[in-house]
Amino acid sequence: MRRLLVLGGLALALPGAAAAQQSNAILFANGKSLYAENCLSCHGVGGRGVPKPTHGALDIHGVGPRLRGVGAMGADFYLRTGYMPLQSALDQPTRRHSPFTERQIDALVAYVGSFGGPRIPEPHPERGRLAVGLRLFTEHCAGCHQVVAEGGYVTGARVPPLKQATATQIAEAVRLGPYLMPRFPKSQISDRQLDSIVRYVEWAKHPDDRGGWGLGHIGPVPEGLVAWLVAGAALVGVCTVIGRRIQE
Amino acid sequence: MSALRRWLVSAFVLLVGRGRRPARVQRAERIVPLEPPSPRAELLVLALFGAASTCAVGFVVVYAVESIPHQTQFLGLSLGLAFAFLAAALVLIAYRLVVTEELEEDYPPPAHPAEQEALEQLVEESGDRMTRKRLLLLGGGAAGAAIGAALITPALSLGPIFEVAPFYRTPWRPGVRLVDERGRPLRADEILEETFYTAYPEGADREELGSPLVVVRLQPAELHLPPGRDGWAPDGIVAYSKICTHAACAIALYRKPTFPAVEERPALVCPCHYSTFDPARGGKVLFGPAGRPLPQLPLEVRSGGELRAGGNFSGPIGPSWWGVRNRSAS
Repeated sequence: MRRLLVLGGLALALPGAAAAQQSNAILFANGKSLYAENCLSCHGVGGRGVPKPTHGALDIHGVGPRLRGVGAMGADFYLRTGYMPLQSALDQPTRRHSPFTERQIDALVAYVGSFGGPRIPEPHPERGRLAVGLRLFTEHCAGCHQVVAEGGYVTGARVPPLKQATATQIAEAVRLGPYLMPRFPKSQISDRQLDSIVRYVEWAKHPDDRGGWGLGHIGPVPEGLVAWLVAGAALVGVCTVIGRRIQE
Repeated sequence: MSALRRWLVSAFVLLVGRGRRPARVQRAERIVPLEPPSPRAELLVLALFGAASTCAVGFVVVYAVESIPHQTQFLGLSLGLAFAFLAAALVLIAYRLVVTEELEEDYPPPAHPAEQEALEQLVEESGDRMTRKRLLLLGGGAAGAAIGAALITPALSLGPIFEVAPFYRTPWRPGVRLVDERGRPLRADEILEETFYTAYPEGADREELGSPLVVVRLQPAELHLPPGRDGWAPDGIVAYSKICTHAACAIALYRKPTFPAVEERPALVCPCHYSTFDPARGGKVLFGPAGRPLPQLPLEVRSGGELRAGGNFSGPIGPSWWGVRNRSAS
């Protein structure tokens, strides 16, 4: 009885905290039911994963990785990019409009985050340096994503362009390593360096094309092709205008 | 100094004496038919030259004034137009000012049929003195073949065939520590899964082809290294030469599955031509133009937890020259 009174006193003393706790509890409950509807068939009860296809028990028929340890960061990235939910576990997740509303995503992130794991990172691109970002991006990312972040191919997967990636999503992807991408822990890319990389990717969304024509930003090969085709056609045209066939 | 003075004097004489050249000698008969002058065409050519000069000057101005928006485009436009006007002026001169005439001539018929026949006979009979024609022909053929072979021989410089020992010499010896880009020794417990590390031999030249390594950690249960490589991967950490065996690019991509049950297996990928190697199976080629596996470096962890080389690579490092490929195949 005394304990109850103490608790009640605490609740009275900290009304704001209590309200926040209550709304968190609602969020968590919403997330839990959304998870049961949309995620559980592949990711298993409580995010334990389904390593092999199973049928029957608890209506689990998919196959999917563990979510314990991915944290709010993993859930936030995969849900807000529309990578999840996935039609088939065999597909490569691609960016699309999420079927969930913002509030539903908040709820799912709160629920999956409760399994434990890293929090959503908060990059500060304004603290980074563009030139450093270009160097780091060239070193770590451009091999797959191309130097102006246009995306490309690696054996077995398409590499997504980064035009729509938000600052938070870039930071999340670097730490997570979605799909076939390796992850880069802080020992490889520090938070400070990550700020610079995010700043560069933000710049690469709207590069100032000094030449006027970006040509898809995929390097000197298309530029050369266009130059030769246009210049070649123009030269042949001029030749036909100023030249003359020998009259037979 | 005296050279400069001579230049100035000669330039002055040329400029002053230009108008006082003797009148051209009037020849009796013209070769090129006389056609009336065309002042209009001349005026047009002059205008085109003027336009070309204006554009070229414009280029210099645009280059000098940095505050002009779209400077690159205006630079290209001005220089391009200058060349275009110049070309138009030259075309106009060729068409309208230079007198032209079209000539056509048939090939002449053979002038001396009898002499030609005699020449053929001459050649035939000149060879009558040679009795061992076939042997001479053989000798000539041998000389030609030998010279041909001599000319092809420098192609061997495209890659060593016999002298392949340098590809086995690397800075890696048993006990050499692995260090990162900043020269810090790599510790086994720092190497995480699902990412990759570049390492170099401590105290050796990093530019050497045999120096750089790519290091990854895999689940020990997933490792299926070729026979004879037991103990090369302490705690599942494997190290391979970072130099692709196809064209010696740096292996800069690591493909790792997020959910191994349904995704592609971990692989080291070369960004140049997408040669793909399996780090769990001794660097076996999974895809791409590489002709042989990535050379693996045996690793060991002594007290202190630092990663050290356990010996030299499993094979020759660098691109697959002919000799390297033949030897590694045998």
